[in-house]
Amino acid sequence: MTDISNDTPARHGALLVTDARTKRRNRAETRFKAYGITALAIGMAFLAALLWAILSNGLTAFGQTYVQLDVPLLEEKLDKDGDRDPEKIAKVSTFGYKPLIEAALTDLVAREGIETDLDGKALTKILSESAAAKIRDRVLANPELIGRTVGFDLLASSRVDGYLKGRVSRESLARDKNLDAAHLDLVDTLSDVGVVEKRFNWAFITGADASDSRPEQAGIGVAMLGSFFMMMVVLALSLPIGVAASIYLEEFAPQNRLTDIIEVNISNLAAVPSIVFGILGLAVFIQFMHLPQSAPLVGGLVLTLMTLPTIIISTRAALKAVPPSIRDAALGVGASKMQAVTHHVLPLAMPGILTGTILGLAQALGETAPLLLIGMVGYIATNYPDGVAEGFLSPNSAMPAQIYEWAKRADPAFYERAWGGIIVLLVFLLAMNLIAVLLRRRFERRW
Amino acid sequence: MNDMRPMDNVVTDKTKITARDVHVHYGTTHAIKGVDVDIADRTVTAFIGPSGCGKSTFLRCLNRMNDTIPGAVVTGKIRIDEADIYDPCVDPVQLRAKVGMVFQKPNPFPKSIYDNVAYGPKIHGLARNKAELDDIVEKALRRGAIWDEVKDRLHAPGTGLSGGQQQRLCIARAVATEPEILLMDEPCSALDPIATAQVEELIDELRRNFSVVIVTHSMQQAARVSQRTAFFHLGHLVEYGETGKIFTNPEDSRTESYISGRIG
Ligand SMILES: Nc1ncnc2c1ncn2[C@@H]1O[C@H](COP(=O)(O)OP(=O)(O)OP(=O)(O)O)[C@@H](O)[C@H]1O
Ligand SMILES: [Mg+2]
Repeated sequence: MTDISNDTPARHGALLVTDARTKRRNRAETRFKAYGITALAIGMAFLAALLWAILSNGLTAFGQTYVQLDVPLLEEKLDKDGDRDPEKIAKVSTFGYKPLIEAALTDLVAREGIETDLDGKALTKILSESAAAKIRDRVLANPELIGRTVGFDLLASSRVDGYLKGRVSRESLARDKNLDAAHLDLVDTLSDVGVVEKRFNWAFITGADASDSRPEQAGIGVAMLGSFFMMMVVLALSLPIGVAASIYLEEFAPQNRLTDIIEVNISNLAAVPSIVFGILGLAVFIQFMHLPQSAPLVGGLVLTLMTLPTIIISTRAALKAVPPSIRDAALGVGASKMQAVTHHVLPLAMPGILTGTILGLAQALGETAPLLLIGMVGYIATNYPDGVAEGFLSPNSAMPAQIYEWAKRADPAFYERAWGGIIVLLVFLLAMNLIAVLLRRRFERRW
Repeated sequence: MNDMRPMDNVVTDKTKITARDVHVHYGTTHAIKGVDVDIADRTVTAFIGPSGCGKSTFLRCLNRMNDTIPGAVVTGKIRIDEADIYDPCVDPVQLRAKVGMVFQKPNPFPKSIYDNVAYGPKIHGLARNKAELDDIVEKALRRGAIWDEVKDRLHAPGTGLSGGQQQRLCIARAVATEPEILLMDEPCSALDPIATAQVEELIDELRRNFSVVIVTHSMQQAARVSQRTAFFHLGHLVEYGETGKIFTNPEDSRTESYISGRIG
């Protein structure tokens, strides 16, 4: 192949003529570049497809249909005795409010001059089941409203919402007993006059999860808090433990069998499937230590276990990357080992440590499997925790768990919310990566 | 630079460092094989010898930098001013404040020029206030023959200096802690002739206050700056004596072959 005896003369002097070997080499290089570009293009195409799928499916979750309704809060229904005794008002359940809503809807239809075959009871189907509860809450909080007609912004039912988003059509309603084509005609007219309206859905971002029958009410806010408290636990535990362990292993530990074994095991831990950490958490934190189930504290502990190897590995890599000459320099002027590390090595390793930590946190934020085993998946997070301690200890869900939960439910309206939840999660991950980049920049500025 | 000023060749007789039967093992490598040497105070002592003969290893024994190398074992006695530096009571950190070191490759901290020099005095508590620290820094930078070049940019990064300036900065950093002994491991190997000349001048200056031990591969440099020279070969100290004598009239045939360029 590399027989040079025959063409030796040609190898000299002919700089303007590319010889066969060079041509072959150049061709190989071109080919390799082409492979690289192809691989990159495939990767980008997948990414684009993914983003498109997520955005096209999930963006609709950020809009929600509302119905503006003037509801007469009749005294004879809500407070028969008329003495505004809160206890008596509270005795009226949401059933007591249904006739009021029916009356309000009938009134609306009549006022707008809309012809429809639907009676009052059928009309309420365009509203979310949560409507009565919402009115009741408002009345309980402000009993003085009783006797007046008050304007409410009520959630439309998920079918109506789906119709305005193009998810529900007259054909698809043929097999759906929740709504008729007649409702859709009504909705068309009402949205023409501005009574039915789609708005930005803050409730999705800040709200709590809802039961199976009211997808229009479900939000990811409480699960977000759950994730937040978990991340606090992970950060507070895994950063100091991970960094301390790495510094010890990298800078102080003697090189012997034991540290070798520890090193190998840390690398192995990074490859352990996360569900294993989940079952470990179940056994240790819940069954043995009797910490509450589904609590963000336990979730955070489990995720800490999972994140630690990542942080230790990246921190050690960052420490290794600091040139040994810096340590020599510090020791040479009489710094102790600890001073050399804290004054010189750590500041230089900081960008790497922070990046590793944030990537570890991001990984933990998106983790679902271990939460399955400690009961955070499947928990219906319908209540905000009261206060910080409750935030750590009371049962909650987490963003990925909430997404999984929604994806599991049958109603397509939940499916839309699952995609929307993924967008929220991705925004968080992007934000964390951005923070990692910014911190890196900031620390590297100090040359 | 090449003239040997006779005045400079006066050697004080007071011994600063005494080494007796020093052996160093790196795992199974026997790097230093029984070295005995007396290094005089306020003198420049040069270590010469072929690559891998153990010059750096022996130099690092003198401030216990070998302690930081896993697997390095030092035996024998090394005394500085009659105190055994390998005595368990001796804290290597304290020792290194007394025995400064300049490394082969300039290694300024990635901090400002000022902080580079101020770091040692700060951790040893040599300055009571900012003004004193400023004084120490200026004095050290002057001694390092770099003050004029950097006085206007003390807060610029030390890593932004040229190689020669960096090395002089490192020397300034080493003298700022007021050591009694200064160890230099090939301080000029990364420098051009002009910077080398500056550093050599500086070494000559430093001799007034310190004992300087310098490892060098340049015979000319050894002849120029040192009063005493030690020739190492394969871990042995082959010959040690007045520099003039080593270079003009060596006793050992190995020394002669090395300085005349036949081995090495
Ligand atoms: N950290 C170490 N681990 C193991 N062996 C080492 C180590 N440092 C030096 N040695 C060995 O010790 C011997 C002496 O090395 P040393 O660095 O002292 O030589 P030197 O005289 O300074 O050489 P040079 O002039 O090339 O710098 C060599 O054989 C070297 O391989
Ligand atoms: Mg060396």
